[in-house]
Amino acid sequence: MKGLGYRKFKNHFFASLCTVMTLCGLFLLAFILIDIIIHGIKGVNIELFLKDPAPPGVEGGGLRNAFIGHLLITIFAVLLGVPAGILGGTYLAEYGRNNPIAKFIGVFADIMVSVPAIVIGTFVYAIVVKPFGHFSGFAGSLALAIIMFPIVLRTTENMLSLIPWSLREAAFALGAPYYKVILQVVYRGARAGILTGVLLSLARVIGEAAPLLFTSFNNNFFSTDMKKPIASLTVTIFQYATGPYDIWHNQAWAAAFAITITILIITLTARYIIKGTHK
Amino acid sequence: MAFTNTEKNFKSASPRTFVGNYKSPAFIDKFFHVITAVSSFLIIAIIVGIFFVLLKESIPAISQFGFIKFIFSTNWDPVRELFGAGVPLFGTLVTTIIALCFSIPLSIGVAIFVTELAPEKIRGFIGGAIELLAAIPSIIYGMWGLFTLAPIMANYVEPFLQNSLGMLPVFNILFRGTPIGIDLFTAGIVLGIMIIPFSASIARDSILLTPQILKESTYALGTTHWEVIKDVILPYSKYGIFGGIVISLGRALGETMAVAFVLGNKNKLPTSLFDATTTVTVKLANEFTEADKDLYLSSLFYLVLLLFLMSFVILAISKYFLFKSKKAHT
Repeated sequence: MKGLGYRKFKNHFFASLCTVMTLCGLFLLAFILIDIIIHGIKGVNIELFLKDPAPPGVEGGGLRNAFIGHLLITIFAVLLGVPAGILGGTYLAEYGRNNPIAKFIGVFADIMVSVPAIVIGTFVYAIVVKPFGHFSGFAGSLALAIIMFPIVLRTTENMLSLIPWSLREAAFALGAPYYKVILQVVYRGARAGILTGVLLSLARVIGEAAPLLFTSFNNNFFSTDMKKPIASLTVTIFQYATGPYDIWHNQAWAAAFAITITILIITLTARYIIKGTHK
Repeated sequence: MAFTNTEKNFKSASPRTFVGNYKSPAFIDKFFHVITAVSSFLIIAIIVGIFFVLLKESIPAISQFGFIKFIFSTNWDPVRELFGAGVPLFGTLVTTIIALCFSIPLSIGVAIFVTELAPEKIRGFIGGAIELLAAIPSIIYGMWGLFTLAPIMANYVEPFLQNSLGMLPVFNILFRGTPIGIDLFTAGIVLGIMIIPFSASIARDSILLTPQILKESTYALGTTHWEVIKDVILPYSKYGIFGGIVISLGRALGETMAVAFVLGNKNKLPTSLFDATTTVTVKLANEFTEADKDLYLSSLFYLVLLLFLMSFVILAISKYFLFKSKKAHT
């Protein structure tokens, strides 16, 4: 046995090491956030939201097309991905809870959450863009929906499993069929949790660029036609930040700022909701 | 809407003669059962679908180049239609290794700090803040890497490494060349920052599973805090920590945008860590929409297929470890 002094020294040494590591992590978070705010806030003005891009090299212009396009892609992704995710999660937690296949699906869903987004982009390219012969906003929505689906499914399943079984039995005792128990008792109890899952999946897909590169592509003009290529903020950031013009860089920072703030608000709201229900 | 619903409910409560009728509870229940089941089976359909679609699209490249030849060939010549995955696979491997070297100590340190060392009151706050790193989109990391981190790396960190560690053998090869900031090293660091929250939060969760009584009985033997962490908590939660690291490995492997900004897209085997090259994902992001020939596109799909299989296997391994850690605790 080593001396107590040595052991105490070792104790303090590793405690400080862990503290330093954590401070490093916090520093990196603060560094990135502050950097985005400082660079981004300069580019935020009313023109950014109300004007379409000016031709390269010309001053002024905004990113209205990208904001609207991004919104449309996200809305359709939510419409596709969220209902499927909630229903699928319901099966795993309710009808299929004793079914070994349901457990298997749960494991697959976890794997799918982490499948690289770019793989999903190329998959949608092969099944939608290639047969139709052109990029489209709907293809982008489908790609994002495929990313949202397993996240919503998993959180829904977890949240439904938290509802005590006796609550369902009480409803069964009143003669309610299972679907009604789920719709009126289980969903009601778990709705805050389900909403959290939806918000977190939304926060994840809003910032995705890789799956949109090959599906919704990009469009330098204002368009609301989801059957055609449509601009999105993330792809625009990629194009502008790697482009040669200073005004492009500024607008890319401004768009990055807008996206980050939106995502942080959604994430913090989701956390607030889940905290509120567990108190 | 509400009115029609109640009306339906009222009807569905009527006697059993309605069984088989589309309005009967039994029928609606069956219907609901089926649509929820179909939705969940979509998961398997999508995963199997991804595999077969990618396989089908890459068949021309597979038959042209085979497997071994494709993964070891460093050719990438769209004009002569010679393709090989050697360079992007190597780039992916190296950036992932750098990312893990950077993120493992940090994330385990964070996990230990927020579970064992931090004052009770700030634990939740710090854990939440670290998890916010996961909320920042990868494209923002890429942009930050390009405009902020790359100049810092080029002007300060990389020259410093060359002048200190670079004097030693082995390191002088790793760190040679002109530091430009747009290189493997910067890409690895950006990836490493990105994946901290994934391994940290899983490590934290499994550390929290250590029974209090086990820790207390060890303290009663007169051990220090660190000895409890090292000899009780870490062995107890090793599967969970390892599973978290493997998940973050899967994340690093398939990350696109964060690396696309800071790595360039150069199909040449790197000669040092301060050299630009490419990864599977970067190559895809840059060339996929430009591939004009069938074999070119097919080779890119072949790359996607390899990426998909790698990440699938890695994530399956991580699930296995997390499953084992769960089992060990029950």
